[in-house]
Amino acid sequence: MNMIEAINNALDIMLDRDPDVIIMGEDVGYFGGVFRATAGLQKKYGKTRVFDTPISECGIIGAAVGMGAYGLRPVPEIQFADYIYPGLDQLISEAARLRYRSAGEFIAPMTVRSPFGGGIFGGQTHSQSPEALFTHVAGLKTVIPSNPHDAKGLLIAAIEDNDPVIFFEPKRIYNGPFSGFYDKPVEPWSKHPDSVVPEGYYSIPLGKARIAREGAAMTVLAYGTMVHVVASVCEEKGVDAEIIDLRTLVPLDIDTIVASVEKTGKCMIVHEATRTSGFGAELSALVQEHCFYHLEAPIERVTGFDTPYPHSLEWAYFPGPVRIGEAMDRLLKDS
Amino acid sequence: MTAASRSNLNPLSLHVPEPRFRPGDTVDYTDLAISEAGAQPRPDETCEAAETHPLCTDLIRVLDDAGKAQGPWDPKLDPETLRRMLRTMALTRAFDDRMYRGQRQGKTSFYMKCTGEEATSVASAFALADDDMVFPSYRQQGVLIARNYPLVEMINQIYSNRADKLKGRQLPIMYSSRDHSFFTISGNLATQYPQAVGWAMASAIKGDTRIAAAWVGEGSTAEGDFHSALTFAAVYNAPVVLNVVNNQWAISSFSGFAGAERTTFAARAVGYGIAGLRVDGNDPLAVHAAVQWAANRARANMGPTLIEHFTYRAEGHSTSDDPSQYRSAHEREEWPLGDPVMRLKNHLIALGEWSDDQHAAMDADLMEQVKAATKEAEKNGILGHGLHHPFHTMFEDVFEELPWHLDDQAEQAIRERRIKWPTWKEYEK
Repeated sequence: MNMIEAINNALDIMLDRDPDVIIMGEDVGYFGGVFRATAGLQKKYGKTRVFDTPISECGIIGAAVGMGAYGLRPVPEIQFADYIYPGLDQLISEAARLRYRSAGEFIAPMTVRSPFGGGIFGGQTHSQSPEALFTHVAGLKTVIPSNPHDAKGLLIAAIEDNDPVIFFEPKRIYNGPFSGFYDKPVEPWSKHPDSVVPEGYYSIPLGKARIAREGAAMTVLAYGTMVHVVASVCEEKGVDAEIIDLRTLVPLDIDTIVASVEKTGKCMIVHEATRTSGFGAELSALVQEHCFYHLEAPIERVTGFDTPYPHSLEWAYFPGPVRIGEAMDRLLKDS
Repeated sequence: MTAASRSNLNPLSLHVPEPRFRPGDTVDYTDLAISEAGAQPRPDETCEAAETHPLCTDLIRVLDDAGKAQGPWDPKLDPETLRRMLRTMALTRAFDDRMYRGQRQGKTSFYMKCTGEEATSVASAFALADDDMVFPSYRQQGVLIARNYPLVEMINQIYSNRADKLKGRQLPIMYSSRDHSFFTISGNLATQYPQAVGWAMASAIKGDTRIAAAWVGEGSTAEGDFHSALTFAAVYNAPVVLNVVNNQWAISSFSGFAGAERTTFAARAVGYGIAGLRVDGNDPLAVHAAVQWAANRARANMGPTLIEHFTYRAEGHSTSDDPSQYRSAHEREEWPLGDPVMRLKNHLIALGEWSDDQHAAMDADLMEQVKAATKEAEKNGILGHGLHHPFHTMFEDVFEELPWHLDDQAEQAIRERRIKWPTWKEYEK
């Protein structure tokens, strides 16, 4: 199963299990979404469970808040994460604070699905990674899967969660894991062990990271597409790094991070988003606070640049094997 | 190309709206088009939306200058209901007056009165079912009072005391009561509009019979949320009543800054192809009739209605505002649509169902009722006097469960408190 199929499968299972789950978003109904994540669901569950919306992110997310308050579990899709901004106020001022400001009288149990990240020639309006914005907001959970197995289990957990969840799907790896070597042929998910997706219902708890690769030379904290890019650089360079796939940024699995950094003594953080005030800054601060006396080298931060995503030069922007490799070399030298 | 090189063209000029009257100006409302009471047609509730569109630029009025109910919009309420409505509006006013004074006495940080606008919330609430979900803005305390929410609970919230159901987190007057189908109030304006539409859509998805109603001030119709909400309401034919309270002023910005110079707010309905009504917001019978019409229409699966309540904000925006700095004091005195409480009172007197003496007795009674509630609430504390919720509640309800980072921060906060007050104990009352 590829990642789209896994997401479609998770949505199918949840629509079937819980009559309060509904899906809405631009093009998600008859057409099944521009990435086909909702294909076939309207036909199966009807037009009042899975339906298209106007091009209005404020309307989509605002309506989802009201639906959540009613007692539904809406799963709105924002077609690209870059488009989420018109709905931002409804997310950060309303959905995120509803439980707090009403002392639990009203909640917004919604899961906002949105493809994010670059590497698909999407230019500066179809490539952004805005996850740090959401992690800065009290009351939102941020989830980012890195493979079909996790995508299904995490999405099911997100839909069942009673808090608003932002579920960012790394669109570069919808159809297959990505090595970061953009000029090499792309492997399909079928050749990857994490593409084995169990039939039926299962969930992966939010707030639990996954050790994607065990190693002793350094700890690399990554999520989404970057988990695969880092893994392929490790293979290429023969670096014995331990890769932690964070899976959820909020709530964050600090214990797994600390245990790994204490073991390896070195830490590298990789994300595709712009550098300044990116989630890497938070991770770096946390590792410093929790593991300072175990660190044998300065923490390395590998990120996108502080520019919008350029269309023609996207591989120059992307934190690929060269940037990651250099950082690994620096960490390995400092011992 | 520079402006100089095209100098044979007329220079463009920017229009910045200006209200007609500023402090010190004599007020003249003769240009204000006020329709004759009873002269507006009342289309069937299941009519095509377009049939209502002439009413978007008209003004639905029922009570005439003599206090008589006129025309097809007369809701023909029985005297008992009229008296209850009058009492609720007067109670809202008495409550406002007391809370305003409470703020001035330092018992809380902030208050907002709805003086002159009581009909827009109370008469609306009387026209809705008690379990229809309302998405209020900050000046609809009348809805909560109409639904018999205890005054003591309202005051506890205003004082942010230890009995405040919202645990002292919300600005005063930002109530929430799920039991009274009263949605939690946000300080971000117009956000409740798409939420109300979403709630109404959910109700329709589930085949429920309850509808939603939302309120927004005319100033916030400029927010994107207003337009997103109207688009969604129109597209899905959502069972929702969308109220715009046009009280002429958004703090110091007059309604022209929301586009009132060009057309009415009710006329926004025309562009969305939904039903729209413009109503005399100081006429409780007209407000009741319009909201009832819209509620019946929604329940008949005929979709949303946008209602503009044309009224006047008699007081300042809030206790932090001084309206004498930006508008003529005569505006309130000269307001040609009168006062909603007085108009309903005069109507009941004209019907022979009320008297000045009864009214005075009622007012005295209501004042006592509010005073008693205030005393009761003060036993639970006033703002800043230490009788608030247990300290740890600050960290609760951010998420359903407390994550580790909030747990850590809660411990830190408690540590800080012990340093400041060594004898302090958590959960101490």
